[in-house]
Amino acid sequence: MIRIEHISKRFKKLRALDDINAIFNSGQVVSLIGPNGSGKTTLIKSILGMIKADSGKIFVNNIQINGDPSYRSNIGYMPQIGRYPDNMKIGQLFTMMKDIRNAKDRVLDEELLKKYELEKIFEKPMRTLSGGTRQKVSAALAFLFNPDILILDEPTAGLDPLSSEILKEKIIAEKKKNKLILITSHILSDLEEFTTHVMYMQEGKLIFLKEAETLQEETGEIKISKAIARIMKGEQPGNNWIDKVFHVSAGDKII
Amino acid sequence: MLKLTRYILYDIVRSKIVIAYTLFLLTVSFSMFRMEENSGKALLSLLNIILIVLPLISLVFSTIHYYNSYEFIELMLSQPMSRTRIIIAEYAGVTVSLLAAFLIGAGIPVLIFSPTDTGITMILTGLALTMIFTSLAFAVSVKARDKARGIGSVLLVWFYFALIYDGLILLILFGFSDYPLEKVTLALSFLNPLDLGRIFIMLKMDVSALMGYTGALYKDFFGSTAGMALVTSVMLLWIIIPVWVAVRYFKKKDL
Ligand SMILES: Nc1ncnc2c1ncn2[C@@H]1O[C@H](COP(=O)(O)OP(=O)(O)OP(=O)(O)O)[C@@H](O)[C@H]1O
Ligand SMILES: [Mg+2]
Repeated sequence: MIRIEHISKRFKKLRALDDINAIFNSGQVVSLIGPNGSGKTTLIKSILGMIKADSGKIFVNNIQINGDPSYRSNIGYMPQIGRYPDNMKIGQLFTMMKDIRNAKDRVLDEELLKKYELEKIFEKPMRTLSGGTRQKVSAALAFLFNPDILILDEPTAGLDPLSSEILKEKIIAEKKKNKLILITSHILSDLEEFTTHVMYMQEGKLIFLKEAETLQEETGEIKISKAIARIMKGEQPGNNWIDKVFHVSAGDKII
Repeated sequence: MLKLTRYILYDIVRSKIVIAYTLFLLTVSFSMFRMEENSGKALLSLLNIILIVLPLISLVFSTIHYYNSYEFIELMLSQPMSRTRIIIAEYAGVTVSLLAAFLIGAGIPVLIFSPTDTGITMILTGLALTMIFTSLAFAVSVKARDKARGIGSVLLVWFYFALIYDGLILLILFGFSDYPLEKVTLALSFLNPLDLGRIFIMLKMDVSALMGYTGALYKDFFGSTAGMALVTSVMLLWIIIPVWVAVRYFKKKDL
């Protein structure tokens, strides 16, 4: 569904993305992990076209992204920091989004809207919302148009345990519908339940992209969070470790 | 696009700055026509105020609006919406609101007290200048990194067109006073839409008689169909080129 070929991006001298290659397919939940400033958000924003990469290509559903924005109707995006027009009320925000998306001919998914009881606070202006509530609004918007691809940038940060659980259940439910979910988080235990692939980045470089099972085998850890924690600490990952960076070649098929 | 513009307009009207601008214009216009017996003189005084205030408000308001809309723009970018469409919608929203303010605030009083050729010329010139300076503000704002820089740069633009440019012209006139410079100053006025607007209206007012030979030359030029066509095209270029520059920058920008 998404194919990234040799993407590089510099901010002045800083190499935010350094020749990234990856393929993500439907049915996968890819956990994008890496230290602060490793380029996770930059990569996500490049896929969305919000950041323009210096070189490389990105394909979404086999179509290269350049200019034509229609591919984004298949993507639900939850930003790391959700920013919304200050004076707009929550209710107005949802009405507006449905309006500009011509939502009439689409099946809307209002599950999170209901579960987070956002309708009760529809009259609240966005500027008065707490960080967590804002995060709930972002989550509800990301899932609203029932997209095939979900890109969630630290979705559980700032959510209370109950709300976080609701979101995780939602992610599992969407995974069952054979969607592609790309998620970043620093709370590794949150990723445990649904991760199928782990993508690890450091200083703008892709260190590895592996199936969760492979990672478990190679590190000898059952818990993905433990396995990743060991790698992050720079420990020897284990005897079975294969130090091979996932490589995309031109002929690779994407589903 | 119209949908987007509608939301932008709604937001602008609610911010009340444009309403304050309308009321200011209304007050000034009515007091000018009240104070002066001679409606021609009143029109001249009004013109002088408008030539200072209109560019300033158009520039500063557009810039502030652009930066205050950052969240909205960011939100729209994650949707299936092209960048060109977003920035043009923003421009249209700001321009339409400022045009309406000018039409109500200055247009109506002029039509009541001085429904002459001159009056109508002044209204049309005011509308053109509003579009031009909004357009310039967008070109500057999209390029500037933050709000402070944006407003600073836009004030410089205003200084240049409202004050510095006239000084430069005077310097040229004094420096080369031995040469016939009428044609040169005429050509130079194309480099400043404010100057162009002023000359245009003054000629209609028949104060050009005071300007001697230069006045006669100008009158010949602006009175001819070719001259009119040229002036109109130059004004149009002043609107189109900065907007085009803004769109180009905006398409490449990281958000
Ligand atoms: N617009 C920008 N201008 C300049 N530098 C930027 C910009 N956006 C990101 N960076 C830099 O690029 C690097 C990668 O940032 P990015 O936001 O992608 O990191 P991240 O992996 O998402 O980190 P975190 O875990 O903190 O969210 C950082 O060093 C950051 O300072
Ligand atoms: Mg990030």
